[in-house]
Amino acid sequence: MFVNQPNQQQLPINTYPKWKYVLIIVVLALAFLYAAPNIFGKDPAVQISGLRDTMVTQQQLDQIQKAWADEGVTPLSIDLATIGEQGVNKVIARFSKPAEQLKARELANDVLNPTLENQNYVTALNLAPSTPRWLANLGGEPMKLGLDLRGGIHFLMQVDMDQALKRQQDQLRRDFIDTLTEQNPSIRGRVEPIENGMLLSFRNQEDAERAYEALFKAHADRIDLQLSEKGGRPIIRGTLNKQKLQEIKDHAIDQNRVILSSRVNSLGVAEPLIQRQGADRIVVQLPGVQDSALAKQILGATASLEFRLVNEEADVVGAQNGRIPPGNKLFDTEYGPILVYDEVEVSGDHLTNATATYDPQTNEPIVSVRLDGEGGSKMTRTTAANVNKRLAMILKESRPIFDIVDGKRVLVGSELEERVISAPNINGTFGSRFTITGRFTEPETRDLARKLRSGALIAPTFIVEERTIGATLGEENIQKGITSVIIGFSLVLAFMLVYYKLFGLVANVALSLNLVMIVCVMSLMGATLTLPGIAGIVLTVGMAVDANVLIFERIREELRAGARPAQAIDKGYGHALSTIADANITTAIAAIILFAIGTGPVKGFAITLFIGILTSMFTAIFVSRGIVNLMYGGRTVKKLSI
Amino acid sequence: MQILNKETNIDFLKLRKLALALSVLLIIGSLTSFFTKGLNYGLDFTGGTLIEVGYEQDADIPKIHEQLDGIGIEGAIVQNFGSASIVQIRMPQQDHIENAVVGDEVLAALRADGLTVIKRDQSFVGPVIGEELKEMGGLAMLVALICIMIYVALRFEWKFSVGSVIALAHDVILIIGFFSITEVEFDLTVLAALLAIIGYSLNDTIVVFDRIRENFLRMRKGSSEEVVNTSLNQTLSRTLMTSITTMLVLLALFFYGGQTIHSFAEALIVGVLVGTYSSIYVASPMALLLGVKKEDLMPPEVEKEGEEFDTP
Repeated sequence: MFVNQPNQQQLPINTYPKWKYVLIIVVLALAFLYAAPNIFGKDPAVQISGLRDTMVTQQQLDQIQKAWADEGVTPLSIDLATIGEQGVNKVIARFSKPAEQLKARELANDVLNPTLENQNYVTALNLAPSTPRWLANLGGEPMKLGLDLRGGIHFLMQVDMDQALKRQQDQLRRDFIDTLTEQNPSIRGRVEPIENGMLLSFRNQEDAERAYEALFKAHADRIDLQLSEKGGRPIIRGTLNKQKLQEIKDHAIDQNRVILSSRVNSLGVAEPLIQRQGADRIVVQLPGVQDSALAKQILGATASLEFRLVNEEADVVGAQNGRIPPGNKLFDTEYGPILVYDEVEVSGDHLTNATATYDPQTNEPIVSVRLDGEGGSKMTRTTAANVNKRLAMILKESRPIFDIVDGKRVLVGSELEERVISAPNINGTFGSRFTITGRFTEPETRDLARKLRSGALIAPTFIVEERTIGATLGEENIQKGITSVIIGFSLVLAFMLVYYKLFGLVANVALSLNLVMIVCVMSLMGATLTLPGIAGIVLTVGMAVDANVLIFERIREELRAGARPAQAIDKGYGHALSTIADANITTAIAAIILFAIGTGPVKGFAITLFIGILTSMFTAIFVSRGIVNLMYGGRTVKKLSI
Repeated sequence: MQILNKETNIDFLKLRKLALALSVLLIIGSLTSFFTKGLNYGLDFTGGTLIEVGYEQDADIPKIHEQLDGIGIEGAIVQNFGSASIVQIRMPQQDHIENAVVGDEVLAALRADGLTVIKRDQSFVGPVIGEELKEMGGLAMLVALICIMIYVALRFEWKFSVGSVIALAHDVILIIGFFSITEVEFDLTVLAALLAIIGYSLNDTIVVFDRIRENFLRMRKGSSEEVVNTSLNQTLSRTLMTSITTMLVLLALFFYGGQTIHSFAEALIVGVLVGTYSSIYVASPMALLLGVKKEDLMPPEVEKEGEEFDTP
């Protein structure tokens, strides 16, 4: 529990050993250092990053800088982040004026994304903190501002798990039937859906027992099986086990998060947030975006997958020169240009799963694909007739179009983009289960599986919460937040000074340092400052005084009881200590619970409240005592200014 | 300067019957209002769509109503928000329009006749979220009370623990009653304020309890009542001081913090008042009523070395 400060018998009353002062000074110096980035402003900047692990090469960088120089746009500085072998994956260029920033973005975009087919880079407008380089190198960063302070859109998307489960249930039905018909002799029975699984009924006990054994062998890793009887007939309940259910849900969330990320990337938003929340929700925050209708259109657009045959006979070179045969489309792919028929052989709706795995014989990384029954029979027909031709897998997604209106970059619409994600050779006839091989590396197979799944849309999402905060409201909120902090803070300082005189001044110093420390800890933690967060800070200021009040009232009491001033100080601080600790711990309990259970604004408030409790204990107990010790320690004091 | 420049000697406990009656009365009133009238839940809890728009001139509210009727919006509440040119429109779940697009359609309708309408804020909250939030709020409150009860029981004694939790429940009920009777909007930030009040009010109570414990050990002769009364007097100026400083910042938030945290500040202001009252008139008298006495608070035997250890 709380131990009174150890007796320092060697030292005179009210003096700290030197190391304590050193400690206090070091802590405070660090606090000032890491709170400092917040006082520097922000520069308009252009943030360039590659999509899907694409790097920005040195050559491209040179081109961009040349384009800027030609148009007379001079960046204040260019920062390169995460440097790899082939280039960098993030570039931040700062400019002095927003007009330059807009122009620079356009120019950079023209260099990096010359055609609509090949958009592999995001160029986004951003505000980059103008923290001095030496400070940034030490890890100094300003606090992030929440959406309510900078404007933007917040979406909470719910993933429709019922759909994901239903797909798996359909799959289960087919798998069960497959397993039972594969047996020799094949087992006959009836299959009907039940919650999270299937109910199978059989004509006799023997069939049921054989079925149980076969099903157990084939699916024990994901199915709970239960043999029983219903209405005189033997039945088997086969339900997805907990692990599998969780896996389905995680997959559905993960898939949607990936899809949302790629769409948000195409929106060109700097610092977007896409995060899982709870069991089946995803939070999407788009700072700076104002048009919620278009944002919704982009986020909500469904990507679709199509399997289409590659035209192997046509003249690709001719097509590149504009002679594209009718009913064909030319695609630029990583294997060079190919012509693909418009006709869709199998659509992505039929895809039930795509996973990265290994070939059991060669141990090579491959992608295993599963289609539903209808898709399987279509695939059989297509592949039987087209062995040794290539099958293109095409992902169709909508892509936003931007334009510059009144010097601002605005979203004006969207268009459909088609992309070949893979075009493997058809090596033989196959149906609902097949694998894609092709000297892949393991990350490549994972990427391909993810792309295939993203076109299948295993579980649709819908918006359950939406908040748009206008840019003006954001600025107003910052203004009001700062005003109320300043006013509240000044009132408390004035009151303390009048009420406790010199000791009040000490408390005020401690209180101000407390504010610096809160800002420092929040900056270091990378916590986001929101309006409720500011309220938390204001409230902490009010409550942080409490520790000092407790101490000072105690000192006054000791004085009234006839203690000598030096002793009154010592006893006042000593006695108040455990009370302060108890009082703060209980408030901390409330803050932790708020943080654990709350979401959004409640969390923001809880974080600042909690940090404030910790820092206020440090400043009120150690710092204020240190100052008082410096003033009164080690000498005879006749009267205290309290 | 001192508010109380001498040691006070107010007989707080003389008034405890009166205070008890007052508290019971207020609790009954609060609960009655809560169960009959309910709370004016904000969008966070009810679900629906809220849109805040700014006009270049004063907003024509009847016309806005017409425009909303024109696109089939039902049950909309249109009101000025802070200024005559800013309007807030709140709509419940719509049957005929998909909820996710209500805000966008309303904006389009308001802009239809060529007026410049600036969208300041737009929110849509689905019906499930609101229900979850109420559950979450109740749960958070319950968990906080239980954790605090355990902590106080460990640090002090179960009678104090019960006394403090009754005081906290008292505070929460009165604040909810205040929001029910005055019909001030009860939103997510008010919920956060309620939890902050639990922390704050407890803070006050703990300080008093701490002094009671100390005085039980010091004042060998006094009766339990005398000890409690002395303790309340000794901590009175601290209680008032902290309430005043906290109140100062809350007033700053209330008047200058903007509409978004208005309800939050209001809840905390009421909470600080109620919390200060309850730590004097509810928590300690409750502990007394439960028969707290000197023996309950004797410290456990301490090891000879003179150090304190964590009690297991």
